[in-house]
Amino acid sequence: MGMTMAEKILARHAGREEVAPGDLVLARVDLVLGNDITAPVAIREFYRIGVEDVFDRERIALVPDHFVPNKDIQSAEQAKIMRDFARKFNILHYFEVGRMGVEHALLPEAGLTLPGELIIGADSHTCTYGALGAFATGVGSTDMAAAMATGEAWFKVPATIKFIYRGKLPPWVGGKDLILHTIGDIGVDGGLYKALEFTGEAIEELDMDGRFTMSNMAIEAGAKAGLIAPDATTRDYLKGRASRPYREAFSDEDACYEKVIEYDVSNLEPQVAFPHLPENARPVREAGDVILDQVIIGSCTNGRIEDMRAAARVLEGKKVHKGLRLIIIPATQAIYRQAIDEGLVHTFLDAGAAVSTPTCGPCLGGYMGILARGEKALATTNRNFVGRMGHPESEVYLSGPAVAAASAVTGRITHPEEVL
Amino acid sequence: MEYRGKVWVFGDDVDTDAIIPARYLNTSDPGELAAHCMEDADPAFMVKMQPGDMLAAGKNFGCGSSREHAPIAIKAAGISCVIAASFARIFYRNAINIGLPILESPEASKALQEGQEVQVDLKAGTITNLSTGEVFQATPFPDFMRQLMDAGGLIPYVQQKVAGQKG
Ligand code: SF4
Repeated sequence: MGMTMAEKILARHAGREEVAPGDLVLARVDLVLGNDITAPVAIREFYRIGVEDVFDRERIALVPDHFVPNKDIQSAEQAKIMRDFARKFNILHYFEVGRMGVEHALLPEAGLTLPGELIIGADSHTCTYGALGAFATGVGSTDMAAAMATGEAWFKVPATIKFIYRGKLPPWVGGKDLILHTIGDIGVDGGLYKALEFTGEAIEELDMDGRFTMSNMAIEAGAKAGLIAPDATTRDYLKGRASRPYREAFSDEDACYEKVIEYDVSNLEPQVAFPHLPENARPVREAGDVILDQVIIGSCTNGRIEDMRAAARVLEGKKVHKGLRLIIIPATQAIYRQAIDEGLVHTFLDAGAAVSTPTCGPCLGGYMGILARGEKALATTNRNFVGRMGHPESEVYLSGPAVAAASAVTGRITHPEEVL
Repeated sequence: MEYRGKVWVFGDDVDTDAIIPARYLNTSDPGELAAHCMEDADPAFMVKMQPGDMLAAGKNFGCGSSREHAPIAIKAAGISCVIAASFARIFYRNAINIGLPILESPEASKALQEGQEVQVDLKAGTITNLSTGEVFQATPFPDFMRQLMDAGGLIPYVQQKVAGQKG
């Protein structure tokens, strides 16, 4: 009986010939991740276990990105717990302010997440690395603590749902539109306890950044992981970047899927998700008249260089609407620098946007762009839950970077074609 | 383990931002987190609830972030047990890891009404609606999950294991 790539990766790391959905396995992990919100809780639990050292100081990544550069005294205290821990155990991949970025953009960029690997992170969007063909999944702080001590974690092998995206992507349609459309179709619990596997012509043609966007939002369908098989695009991305040797995993021809869902994307329109769930997706042209107070372009979903380029293409020579704030946050230092080098930041500043150092900031309602009561924002982030970006009576809409940039110009949710 | 308490009812897809908004995540102190438990779903919740009360919700309870602060806030608020039609994956894992009793039962989730008295037998996995007499059977936990719960959560479980390896 064949296995899916998710099953193969779990089997390999559990030292087993094969596994099947429902099996409970103890597996060795290749990387354990935590951030300034989740790591302090994990560190407290780690000390309770009573081991003298971490399992491997080179396989733990600690990224202060949520409330960093620190937004207040309390968040500074949390960040310090993590920094002190990193120093004490000489953690190799601790990323300080000025060298950091939003974790799920930063770790792939640093070559720390690789095909065929098993990765856990105390952050739900750890599933992002599935875009490289890794089995990567979000866990809680206690799981992180146990893995830092033992290098292992327990997994229930998930069944896999396969998605086939047929056809060529139309202009202005990218990874964000594909995944919003998918979540709109299957719902926010449509992938609950499952691994998703994204395949088909449209995926093969998607660049690495677009793939990261898709895998990033697998959790928004409740899924445990969102995988894409490695190919030439993956290998190109990893060239000169991969921090260790890796072994790719592919689904067998006769692998068993719980379900296969096919979409023809050749007529797909850019999507926008309405409050207060990512599943409320619809074509931008059917959005009606939604007047916006703020637009955010950034986050682990769409803060990469292709997203910056897409936004700049729309904003070139234009001004941000006078009734609105546009905040752009490149996801890592390297992306920030590249956006400067390519002249994108000039375009943003000329348009009247605020451009910030990398941080999660407004994505989770932390700081750097919090909404007041009744305000509406369009964001390239991944969640539009009640109160996600500020006041419980504010609203968040989700889209890709081109739609966000076009909307920043007109002041309301807008298809990019309307401003170009 | 038996619990008895009044039930508070919530809908589908209660997310981790509703359970504990990110604006309060600049602390990891359970007591401070508990003060804001369920705040964005029901701002008066912490004023109304009594320690020992239970939550009942629809499908996909705890969706969204991996923040363990969500089950920690619920536990520290004194909620004895959460009953839902289904749980989001990471919330389910976190609740078991920290020892917050949870039960999955679509039938109970549908039937329970706010304010009713409920009794839960965790070992048997039964939920009894004391106001109506109805009894519901929850989805049983896999063996390994039960071992974790019996040990008191993941950390005591790993402690035992690590101590065993040393000895
Ligand atoms: S950018 Fe947003 S979704 Fe991504 S890790 Fe940061 S807070 Fe989480």
